Amino acid sequence: MQWETVIGLEVHVQLATRSKIFSGASTAFGAEPNTQACAVDLGLPGVLPVLNEAAVAMAVKFGLGINAEIPEVSVFDRKNYFYPDLPKGYQTSQMYHPIVGPGAVEITLDDGTTKRIRVHHAHLEEDAGKSLHELFSNARGQGMTGIDLNRAGTPLLEIVSEPDMRSAKEAAAYLKAIHSIVTYLGISDGNMAEGSMRCDVNVSVRPLGQEAYGTRAEIKNVNSFRFVERAIAYEVERQIELIEDGGKVVQETRLFDPDADETRSMRTKEEANDYRYFPCPDLLPVVLDQAYVDHIRKALPELPAEKRARFTAELGLSAYDAAVLSSSRAMAEYFEEVKEVCGDAKLAANWVQGELAGALNRENLGIEQSPVDAAQLGGLISRVIDDTINGKAAKQVFQALWNGEGGSDENAADAIIEAKGLKQVTDSGAIEAMIDQVIADSPVQVAQYQDAEPDKRDKMIGYFVGQVMKASRGTANPQQVNALLKEKLDQA
Amino acid sequence: MHDKTLTQLAAGLAAGDYSSREITQSLLSRIDRLDGELNSFISVTREHALAAASAADDARAKGNAGPLAGLPLALKDIFCTQGIKTTAGSRMLDNFIAPYNATVVDKLNASGMISLGKTNMDEFAMGSSNENSYYGPVKNPWDLSAVPGGSSGGSAAAVAAGLVPAALGTDTGGSIRQPAAFCGITGLKPTYGRVSRYGMIAYASSLDQAGPMARTAEDCALLLGAIAGHDVHDSTSVARGVPDYTAELGESLSGLKIGLPKEYFGDGLAPEVEAAVREAVKVFESFGACVREVSLPHTHYAIPAYYVIAPAEASSNLSRFDGVRFGHRCDNPTDLIDLYKRSRAEGFGDEVKRRILIGTHTLSEGFFDAYYKKAQQIRRLIRQDFLDAFEDVDVLMGPASPTPAFDLGANKDPVSMYLQDIYTIAINLAGIPGISVPAGLVGGRPVGLQILGPHFAESQLLNVAHQFQQATDWHQRRPAFAEENA
Repeated sequence: MQWETVIGLEVHVQLATRSKIFSGASTAFGAEPNTQACAVDLGLPGVLPVLNEAAVAMAVKFGLGINAEIPEVSVFDRKNYFYPDLPKGYQTSQMYHPIVGPGAVEITLDDGTTKRIRVHHAHLEEDAGKSLHELFSNARGQGMTGIDLNRAGTPLLEIVSEPDMRSAKEAAAYLKAIHSIVTYLGISDGNMAEGSMRCDVNVSVRPLGQEAYGTRAEIKNVNSFRFVERAIAYEVERQIELIEDGGKVVQETRLFDPDADETRSMRTKEEANDYRYFPCPDLLPVVLDQAYVDHIRKALPELPAEKRARFTAELGLSAYDAAVLSSSRAMAEYFEEVKEVCGDAKLAANWVQGELAGALNRENLGIEQSPVDAAQLGGLISRVIDDTINGKAAKQVFQALWNGEGGSDENAADAIIEAKGLKQVTDSGAIEAMIDQVIADSPVQVAQYQDAEPDKRDKMIGYFVGQVMKASRGTANPQQVNALLKEKLDQA
Repeated sequence: MHDKTLTQLAAGLAAGDYSSREITQSLLSRIDRLDGELNSFISVTREHALAAASAADDARAKGNAGPLAGLPLALKDIFCTQGIKTTAGSRMLDNFIAPYNATVVDKLNASGMISLGKTNMDEFAMGSSNENSYYGPVKNPWDLSAVPGGSSGGSAAAVAAGLVPAALGTDTGGSIRQPAAFCGITGLKPTYGRVSRYGMIAYASSLDQAGPMARTAEDCALLLGAIAGHDVHDSTSVARGVPDYTAELGESLSGLKIGLPKEYFGDGLAPEVEAAVREAVKVFESFGACVREVSLPHTHYAIPAYYVIAPAEASSNLSRFDGVRFGHRCDNPTDLIDLYKRSRAEGFGDEVKRRILIGTHTLSEGFFDAYYKKAQQIRRLIRQDFLDAFEDVDVLMGPASPTPAFDLGANKDPVSMYLQDIYTIAINLAGIPGISVPAGLVGGRPVGLQILGPHFAESQLLNVAHQFQQATDWHQRRPAFAEENA
């Protein structure tokens, strides 16, 4: 039988606010346990939450970024359950009236086609703390657990998709699209290793052509693009095998173990909590007037999809180039600055994706860590465009920039060209003199050349070009050298 | 010293008749002598109080003292006090010392007022008799065999017995007005949101409100002025200027339109209480006020709605008492669930457990719509009843409680206990302010007249109460317990 996979994602994005969603404590990552938790985060008796406006603004930004409806009123609810790292005995979240309504995200598939994935809604909530089992079980006796509440109260935006994805690849592409949007908007650092982005994956299978959904399993807390693909691949195979062997998929929560590369049952539907949601009486409904939403809309940056469209339509880049160069905000900004400095979009695209990307890959660096900044690279390309240096010298200049030579602005390339004497020689007198010398030094090769049929000569001229370029230490204009050589050898 | 009002003490301090330290010393020794019998305090903070009194005296000597500086009061043990035990009347918090002050405590400190201690209360403010405290029941100074009312019974008894001239209470369903009535003092529940709830241990967040308890409306006005106002730490506190609540005291009541809700004069109201209340209303008529009967048609839904909403919020608010981070933890838990179960079983008393269970049930899947949602709909109707009534009248008047203080141990059935709050509970659901003033004695036990006003009408309520106190002396009557021990 042919099976179809149905996937929906709940993506948790940690918002890049400086303080927590309901308290003034810092959200910085990596501090000593419980040093970034105030009375409110500890859930001490009598404390009350106060909503962080920055978290609201970020959620609205996201909503506008996916063309979602922004309801005028949203409400925080309490989701009640007991867990040691949940200090108040409830998580403040938005169950019934989320801050972001229905919207959509466009994903680009490998074959270059695009697909629209609907977002059901996105809501704000607070993160819980962290239980530290390993730290205490050995040092302080068996079975002890410590609680770190630094993360408690960190603002999360939970983005819930419709079950629109049909493969692990689509799910990963969707997650990447969300990642790209939130980082473009600057509302999250998107750092998956630090838990700034993680997702719950709902997976089911159904016979191809069947309309009703199969029973789904939810895989909790998957925290990398790769793991999403692998967890889904495993889960799909497990469910199909199970059904084909006459079994039934049960609705349950599963965990993905990346080491074993498998998902494992965590709890079944019967064990599911009754969260007893009700509106949080300590927080007023959030009312967003049109002026506020418009104000945020005006300040939105250009998002990946718009950038892609502009790169192809206005700059004449290929769809592939446009997709790569708009993949992250940092990459797009880098490219656009290079283009601005040198004035040639195609050359800028070639250099950023060619020489620069290659070097970054070799060193395993992101564009943000590039030792060559956009102004320097733009300056270098300008010198290629105005024929000050040839392509070969340009690579030398690039290497020097990479090594930190030449200074930090767009004149860095000029300084290197000057210092290394890489300026292209276009003075035909000087080139002629070098050619004459090479011809004089190569009587055998000249004779061979001149004995050859005219159609073979094109290949043989390479030797002479090489010698002249060598003599010029790479600075001679290759086109000029070629033309002059031809003239002289053919004449003789 | 013990018989003076805040206003009188302030005048004496200003005139140099005595120092704040002398007042404090005198009242502390009175507490030492009498509270063994009353049990109105959980903690007496002698050292803090004396230090603060000296500081207030110094400030006064330098001319830096505000009008309230050096005046004593007591705090219901539901307000967090930095470095001082805050128990909420529960074994659960018997060992809890808050690392911060409630906003009202900060405000009182800033005004220079001096807390002599933390008063006894029904556990987590759940009760109408003050018999639900882990620290034992409080006695009513008017009759030591009677309850002082709850849940701010400790505050009410301490004021009535002359241990302090004033105290802070909290009122979720009548917990300031009913004990004020039972103990013959004046107690004001302000408009919801008028006073910050930050640092006040939550019972039912959408109903809880802190307020002043004192001998006179004038003193309540002073105290409310010190604690009211918007707080950036409490989103539900209202951003609205704080008026001078003493400014309107003295306005004429001629032409005041008083409504008597007929639902507050029906079955279950003790005839002597009704007589006292009607007598009090006549006093207002003598001022030129006009009185008419009005109707609050949804009144009989108030108690059922309250006993859905308040326990629902309480079940959630009390989840944090799990034995993990603070408060009571059972010995040698075998695992996490055992830790939760035994810590909570040992830490909470019966009434608290009863309400947690009710709340957990009404919020649970499948029951939420039938109970919680319905109760919220009723709440809106009740609120609308009041808004409609205030279209026609300026204030409403009625009894604060259907009976005077009942005997300790007399109300064994929880539901009959819940009915004690029949005249106070709807006010919390509507969010409006209400004040109880002494208006008579029945069998030697005080009766309270309750006066209700529209949202933020505290100034008017205080003036109405003050005018009554200018014309009557019920608020000056003292229980024999206080007189004999003068």
